[in-house]
Amino acid sequence: MTGPATDSPATTAAATGGRGSAVEVRDLVKRYPKRPDNAVDGVGFAVATGEIFGLLGPNGAGKTTTIGVLTTRVAPTSGQALVGGVDVVRDPVRARSVLAVVPQRPNLDRSLDARQNLLFHAAYHGMGRAERARRADELLERMGLADRGRDKVDGYSGGMAQRLLIARALMHRPTVLFLDEPSTGLDPQARLFVWDEVRALREAGTTVVVTTHDMEEAAQISDRVGIMDHGRLLALDTPGALTRAMPGEATLDLGVDLPGRVDRGELLTALGDLDGVRRVEEVAGEAEVDLRLRLYVDTAAARVLGPAAEVVERAGGRLGTVALGEPTLEDVFISLTGRELR
Amino acid sequence: MSTAGAPVASVPAPSTRAAFLGLLTRDVFVTGRELGSFLAQVLLQPIFLLFVFGRVLGDLGYVQGDFDQVLLPGVIAFTGFLTALQNTALPLVIDFSYTKEIEDRLLAPLPTSLVAVEKIVFATARGLVAAVAMFPLGVLILGSVSLTWSAVPLVALGLLLGCLVGAALGLVLGTLVTASKINVVFAVVLTPLLFTGSTQFPWTRLDGLRWFQVVCAANPLTYASELVRGQMAPQVEAIPSWVCVAALVGFLVLLVAVGIRGFGRRAVD
Repeated sequence: MTGPATDSPATTAAATGGRGSAVEVRDLVKRYPKRPDNAVDGVGFAVATGEIFGLLGPNGAGKTTTIGVLTTRVAPTSGQALVGGVDVVRDPVRARSVLAVVPQRPNLDRSLDARQNLLFHAAYHGMGRAERARRADELLERMGLADRGRDKVDGYSGGMAQRLLIARALMHRPTVLFLDEPSTGLDPQARLFVWDEVRALREAGTTVVVTTHDMEEAAQISDRVGIMDHGRLLALDTPGALTRAMPGEATLDLGVDLPGRVDRGELLTALGDLDGVRRVEEVAGEAEVDLRLRLYVDTAAARVLGPAAEVVERAGGRLGTVALGEPTLEDVFISLTGRELR
Repeated sequence: MSTAGAPVASVPAPSTRAAFLGLLTRDVFVTGRELGSFLAQVLLQPIFLLFVFGRVLGDLGYVQGDFDQVLLPGVIAFTGFLTALQNTALPLVIDFSYTKEIEDRLLAPLPTSLVAVEKIVFATARGLVAAVAMFPLGVLILGSVSLTWSAVPLVALGLLLGCLVGAALGLVLGTLVTASKINVVFAVVLTPLLFTGSTQFPWTRLDGLRWFQVVCAANPLTYASELVRGQMAPQVEAIPSWVCVAALVGFLVLLVAVGIRGFGRRAVD
C-alpha cells in the first residue's frame, strides 16, 4: 500500500451510512516537546454512530496518543477532533459528558468500595442520587459484581477490576466509549465477557472505539479497523475488505482422490490456468487422499472453489477434502507494519 | 442523533457546579471515615511542639513566662499551613505518578483548573480543621489561651489565608516534583518552612539577626503567624495586619497561578 490512507468525505459518508459521525478526526498532528518526530502525523478518520471501530498498531504507533486527544487528555498540535459532534479542543468539558474511557491500567478510586466508585463517578457527571443508586446496582448486576459491590477495590482481581471499570464508564450513559487494550492481562473468560459486553453496547447504539494488539479479536468484533504505524493511518476498512486486499495470501487446499488413470501434470496445469489462481503446488499430508494440492489465489478462496471442483471432475478425479485459507488481519498488519521489534 | 453539521446543540451543557460538588463530596466522604487517623497524623507534631517548648521548657525555667502565648499562635498557624500543604502535595504526587486514580476526576465534565481548585479548597478545609483543633489542645497543654472575641475575625482570616497559601504551595510542589524526588523535596522544603515561618518567635524581634529576618520575610508562613499572633498576643509587637493580609494575598495569587499551570501540564499532555 502506498501512502497513508485518509478518509475522504465520500468514504466517510459511506462508512457512516448517513447516520452521522460519533467520532471524527481531521488532519490530526501531535508532536511532543523535544521529540524529533510527530507522534501522530496527519491522521483522519470517522466512526459512525453505533459502530465498533478498532484502532490497531504496534507499540508507539500513535494509537494511544490519538485516543488521548479524543478523550481530552492530550492537546493536539494541529488538526481537529470531534466526539459526539463536540470539538474536544474547543469544548473539552462538554466532550467529557458524552465520552467514557476504560483505561488499560485500572485507575479505580481505592479509597472507595466498588459501588461507591460508580456512585461518585455518576455524581461527577451530575446524575441525581436516586438514579445513580439504581444504575449502579443495575450495572453491578450486569457485570456479575452484585455481591462484591461493598468490597474495597484493592481486593479485586484483574478481571473484576476490568468489569468494574466498564461499569464505571457506562454510569453516565456515554454515547462514545473508548477502550484502551481492554483484554490485556485478562483470562479467557474475562476476555469473552468484555467482548460480549462490547457487542451488547453496539446493539444499544453506543459507539465503541477500541485499541488492541489482538488481531483475531479485532477482526471478529470490529465493524471497521484502522491500522496505524509511525503516527500515520496506513489502512482503514472492514476486516474483510482489508484481508481480501492482500494479494496471493488466500489459499485453497484440495484433497483429490484419483480412482482412474489421471495425468497429474495436466490437472495441475488446468488448475493453474483458472482465473485468480497464481500458482498450484503439491503438498504433503496424511494419506487419506491420493493427491493434496494447494492453490494460491488472488481473490477470495471460495470463489475459486467451484471452478476448481469442475476441473477436478472433468479430469476424472473426485474432490475429497476442501480447506479455505483466508489471509488474516494479522497478515495484513504484518505486511503493513513490518516485522521489526518495537 | 448528532450529525456533523449542527451537532453541539444536541449535547446539553453539563453542570460544572454539580461536578465540582461531586469532587468535594468525595473528598469529604473519604476524610470523614478516617477523621481519627487524619487528626492523629496532623496534630501529633504541633502537640509535642507546644508541650515541650511551651510547657516543659517554661516549667524548667528555660523560657520566660509569656513565651507560651508567643508560641501558641505560631503553632496554630503552622498546623493549618502545613496540613493544607501536605494535603495537596502528597496525594497529587501519588496520583499523577503511580495510581492515576485522579484520572476519573480529570474526565469529569468540568474545566481541569477547577479540579485543581477543588484540591486547594479541600486541603484548606482540612488545614482549618487541624488549626481549630489546636485551640482546645492549647488550653489543655498550656492551661489557658488568650483570645478575645474582637480578635476572632482577623485570627480567622489569618488562618484561612495561611491554609489557602499552604494548599497552593502544596499544589505547586505536588505538580512540579516527581514521585522519586518527593522525599528529598519534602525534607529540604518542609524543615526550612517550619523554622523560618516565625512560628516560634516574633519576626519583629529579629532586628539583631538581620539576614535571618530577611529569610523569614520570604516565607509566607511568617505572615500567617504574625497576623494570628498580633491578634492573640497584642502585647507582642507584630507586623501590621494589613501588611500580613497583603503579603498572604500576594503569595496566594502567585502560587495558585503557578500551581494551576503545573496541574494543567500534568493533567493534559
